[in-house]
Amino acid sequence: MRRLLLLVALIWVCSVFYVGIFLFVGGFLLVRLEVNRTSSCADVLSPGAQMKGDFCLSEPRFRRAVVLIIDALKADFTRYDPENTTPKPFENKLPVLNEMTSSQPSNARLYTFRADPPTTTMQRIKGFTTGSLPTFIDVGNNFASNAILEDNLVHQLGQVGKRVVFMGDDTWVSLFPKKFHKSLPFPSFNVKDLNTVDNGILQNIYPTMEGNDWDVLIAHFLGVDHCGHRFGPDHPAMAEKLSQMDGVIRSVIKRLKNDTLLVVMGDHGMTDTGDHGGESQKETDAALFLYSSSPLFSAPGSQEEPEVVPQTDLVPTLALLLGVPIPYSSVGQVLLPLFPQNGSRAALAGLSQAEALWINVKQVNRFLETYSNMAKDIPADSLSQLQADFSNISSHYLAAIHNGHLPSSELVISMQNYLTSVRETCRASWARFNPFKMAAGLIIVGISCILCYVLSEFSHVVLQEGLLKLPILSGVVVGLLVAAGQLFFQGYPETSWCFAAAAVTSVMFFLWGIHSAKCKRTPCDLFTPAMLVLFLRCASLLSDSYVIYEGHVVTFLLFTLGVFVPLRLNWDGLLLPPPAADTPKPHRLLPTVLPSSLVRRETTVLLIWLGQLVGSLYVSLSFHNCREEQGACQPSAFLSPLSRIQDSQLRNLHYVLSVLSLGMWGYLIHRWLRHYGNLNCSSVTVFLSCFLVPVTCVCIGLHWAVSATPEDTFRSLSELIGVAQVYIPRASFCLLALGLLLLWVDPMTVFLKSRTPLNSRGTSLPPPKYRASTGISPQAELHHLIPQLYQRIRHSLDDGGTESGEVDNRPAVEAYGLGTVYSAPLVQLCGLLGLVLLLLHPEGMALAFLLLLLEAGAVLHIHAGSTNLCSQQRHSNDFTVPWGPVVMWSLVASQFFHTTGHLPTFPSIQWSAAFVGFPQGHTGTLLPATLVTLNTFSSQIIFAVACPLLLFWPLVCEVRVTRSDRSSAESEDAVMEMRLRENPQKFSSGLLQLTARYLFVTGAQVFASVCAAAILRRHLMVWKVFAPKLMFEASGFIIGSGFMILGVAMVMRVDISVGRLFKKLLPQNSR
Amino acid sequence: MWDLEIRGMASAHAIIASSMFMATVMPAVLVEKFSVYGTHMVWLYCVSGSVAVVNIAVFWLLGISPPTKKNTLSYKISRLFRSGLYFLLSCIFFHTVVVLYGAPLLESALETFSLAVLLSTLTTLRCLCILGPNVQAWIRVFSRDGLVQDLVAMSVWDTSLQITTGCSVMGAWLGAFPIPLDWDRPWQVWPVSCTLGATTGFLTGLLAAPVWIHWHRKQLTYKLK
Repeated sequence: MRRLLLLVALIWVCSVFYVGIFLFVGGFLLVRLEVNRTSSCADVLSPGAQMKGDFCLSEPRFRRAVVLIIDALKADFTRYDPENTTPKPFENKLPVLNEMTSSQPSNARLYTFRADPPTTTMQRIKGFTTGSLPTFIDVGNNFASNAILEDNLVHQLGQVGKRVVFMGDDTWVSLFPKKFHKSLPFPSFNVKDLNTVDNGILQNIYPTMEGNDWDVLIAHFLGVDHCGHRFGPDHPAMAEKLSQMDGVIRSVIKRLKNDTLLVVMGDHGMTDTGDHGGESQKETDAALFLYSSSPLFSAPGSQEEPEVVPQTDLVPTLALLLGVPIPYSSVGQVLLPLFPQNGSRAALAGLSQAEALWINVKQVNRFLETYSNMAKDIPADSLSQLQADFSNISSHYLAAIHNGHLPSSELVISMQNYLTSVRETCRASWARFNPFKMAAGLIIVGISCILCYVLSEFSHVVLQEGLLKLPILSGVVVGLLVAAGQLFFQGYPETSWCFAAAAVTSVMFFLWGIHSAKCKRTPCDLFTPAMLVLFLRCASLLSDSYVIYEGHVVTFLLFTLGVFVPLRLNWDGLLLPPPAADTPKPHRLLPTVLPSSLVRRETTVLLIWLGQLVGSLYVSLSFHNCREEQGACQPSAFLSPLSRIQDSQLRNLHYVLSVLSLGMWGYLIHRWLRHYGNLNCSSVTVFLSCFLVPVTCVCIGLHWAVSATPEDTFRSLSELIGVAQVYIPRASFCLLALGLLLLWVDPMTVFLKSRTPLNSRGTSLPPPKYRASTGISPQAELHHLIPQLYQRIRHSLDDGGTESGEVDNRPAVEAYGLGTVYSAPLVQLCGLLGLVLLLLHPEGMALAFLLLLLEAGAVLHIHAGSTNLCSQQRHSNDFTVPWGPVVMWSLVASQFFHTTGHLPTFPSIQWSAAFVGFPQGHTGTLLPATLVTLNTFSSQIIFAVACPLLLFWPLVCEVRVTRSDRSSAESEDAVMEMRLRENPQKFSSGLLQLTARYLFVTGAQVFASVCAAAILRRHLMVWKVFAPKLMFEASGFIIGSGFMILGVAMVMRVDISVGRLFKKLLPQNSR
Repeated sequence: MWDLEIRGMASAHAIIASSMFMATVMPAVLVEKFSVYGTHMVWLYCVSGSVAVVNIAVFWLLGISPPTKKNTLSYKISRLFRSGLYFLLSCIFFHTVVVLYGAPLLESALETFSLAVLLSTLTTLRCLCILGPNVQAWIRVFSRDGLVQDLVAMSVWDTSLQITTGCSVMGAWLGAFPIPLDWDRPWQVWPVSCTLGATTGFLTGLLAAPVWIHWHRKQLTYKLK
């Protein structure tokens, strides 16, 4: 019951947090409504102006178009600098563009083509076919792209009967199902595959162009993008790929007819590491090249050329050039150089600039009206301003037309200004907040932090007196009442507000219950240095500079906390043994229980562990990734996958290092378990530790080797490699999942041995043959065990039977590994989880994971050591973990978030994790999303699961006073974690306290980043720094708390097993 | 008696503080183009040197240092040698700590080491002056009640040592805070903010020690000399 109560309490606290987070995020992140209307030829844009439709008024300028989309064609790739004699692999590889623009200036133009963030392929396709702006919330949909429902170019082309032929990236087919006249999709998911899509296109594009069964040809090349993802731009493969593209463009130009427009464009750019998704200029700036064999542009210099073309502008331009209606919700602006100026009307057919702009303005105005009727996003004052502008333009234009002379150039400029300001208004208002939800979310997250603190202070009361029933019930009731009320008055319930009401009510009832329980408070320990460090950490989240340097800030704070431990102990006079007894101690006698040699040993051990902590902290700094804001910062060499390293010796070195650390990871955990005798039983654990983990390690090592092999070296084995890339990681996943399952089914790691009556008195070792007869452990193993691990279960389940005098009367039982019965399964769980997560990381991160293990061990041992040293002064029997280690634990978790190469930015998400074991890509969204989430929050997961270890470790490392006189047998026996068993009430309240404290510490950080996002929502850096930080912190908290509950559940599971074990023993004993 | 000690300490502290002030002002008159940020190293070594000299002089004149057991010359020389060694070791220790805290390892190693020298001057040198080259005693001084248990007599000087050392180190620690901020100020350059923090902390400690001891004179049980 108390176990269930503990879990319920934790789940309740977490859900209050979740409600707060979701409320805030719901008000903070922005959503844009989709307008599901379509334009058509018959549309009359402004009533009464023209008789027939506006869009299909005149003869289209081009009958056909070829659109070549080269994924991730960065603007830099297309520049040509003849003076650059030593070009990098990505420079000067597309000379055709330069040749065309310089030799035929009236036929070709090259522009920088600026995408809107997020710069992921699907969002971009959406953007340059619908002409609308994507919102922040769309980012996650890259895996299963759903059909575009908004009006778009492909739809419009189909409507007027153009035959659209598509070939290339299969994302298009899922975005535009059944819209193409003919489509040749090729799989895009395998990032490592540089050639399938491109070769597929090349086989088909020329025959198609030469044939006559097409009007618009869209070809989407993926090779450049995949090359960037796999090798980065600065790699010979990129040169090869770009040269291939150069050839493609040349041959396409050769086959162009006069009535055909060629558009070559990149959908986004890439960073220096070849990634994209964010909003840095390197990612947003792509290239746009326009060409036609008939003169298209007026002579250069005759009119103003735009420096940068926004991506949305392509939509209305293409639409008007091809004679189709502009898609309904486009906010783009026609690209003026493509339209003849007013004076030169006679030279070229088609719309003039003013006419094109006029149609464009009317279309945008219509969209604005529709949208403002549907959603109240756009602020009224700017809306009315835009309306006024429009009517002004409209009257001027119509007057000019009516008078029969051409619209003036001022009018053209004012139309351009109107379109630009509409675009900016939309951009701004699709970044608008819901202040009520934000405030409510902020308050609830704050309340939940207070709740966690109260829970940790009164954990014993909460579990004993059942204070939880009323709050939870009342919360549910109030939530339902609010829902019913909303249903009655509004007609529909708003779930977020119902949850908010439920959360607030339940917390209030709980606090009231605590208040009326009138239990005495422990002295306030809110102003300890640990709390100061936590405060500093939270304060640092409010400054963009500190968020940018977060990895260093956390390391700095951790170092401070670590160094503070011995200083504090020394201040309390506990670090060194008290000086020789000849000095009189007049003031007070310390209740010293430890002899000075032990104190000295403990101090040395503590300092050694501190050294390890400090050392691993320092080394961990070299695994960090770099944000773009950090300037002169080099990402860690271990972050790039092995296949990207070109120097084969370096690659081998990295591989060996990774495999060694993988082996160390397995060995250290195995060694720990063996040391505490948990490997003597014949249960699942031994199987796990001795068989499953090594096999998995071998699998992981093989997987790394396979994925690191350069593609060209083993051509004959490529099929085998392909198979191995699929099945080895999957096999490892299965093995690890099996391990986790087995661990859950049978977490006991105790080997029991009934004592022979002969041995029952003494504490001497059992005879050697006895050891052999168990047939489980080799001799060497037992040498470790004997001094510490043999212990008797002196107490029976009757309680109180712990007197040492009774020992002789009862038949005692010896148990190996009972001292670490709770922590051993947790350690194993972490070991297995660590392997799963490591598999999802780049190979070099194995070192970081080993460091994580060492550092976690150091923190645990420092905590245990300082507890031992403190026990000289106060011998408390309740299992309280002070704030210091808890804060440290959570800081280590955020430190390793950075040390495993992650950053709180979207471009730094390691998407390659989704392809481990699935190199061909996925069909659903759930699995890849899970894999990427596991990869991203691996550090939070491991530390959250291992959180209860903070409670166990001081018991595991308890000092056993071995007096020379051996007066009492009591002091010599190792009790270790059986203390918890002796005191079940205190055990569960201690566990609740620990977890509540951990939740408080992590929750406070979430609260701080929520505050940062709320306060600084107009800050320049909000979308670059604070919003992503909030998203990462909040998701880290949600994932972490979930896994913490899992860890606690594991402990509870073990507790049940231990209970059963004792029940089983009892009849045995009485027999 | 009691007040005399406090007064003596306060005046000694005042002398040290004024020497630091002079070390900042004097070079400005004598050296061309002197500024605390611009020629930071000059300033740093001026301050370190003056603090060192004044400290040694004050404590030697006042005779605070623990009485030597033997009065032979060779013993004195070995003591002096040990003190010098300890000072150097403490410089290296501070350097290591600062590097572990995240200072660059190779570039601007000289600056880092200068910071270590300054910190050693502000902390270790005072320890050497007051307690002699006796690490055990140093460790004991920094515990709440270690002073009383120890054989070294507890005096106001020990308390002031606690306070000034703590303040200097805290000041240097706080001085690291503004470094990552993007304000582009001259004092954000490594290690200016840390040295400024350390000196400010030291000055605060010098000021705070007499006040604090005066305030808590009832609770403090000193063994009077």
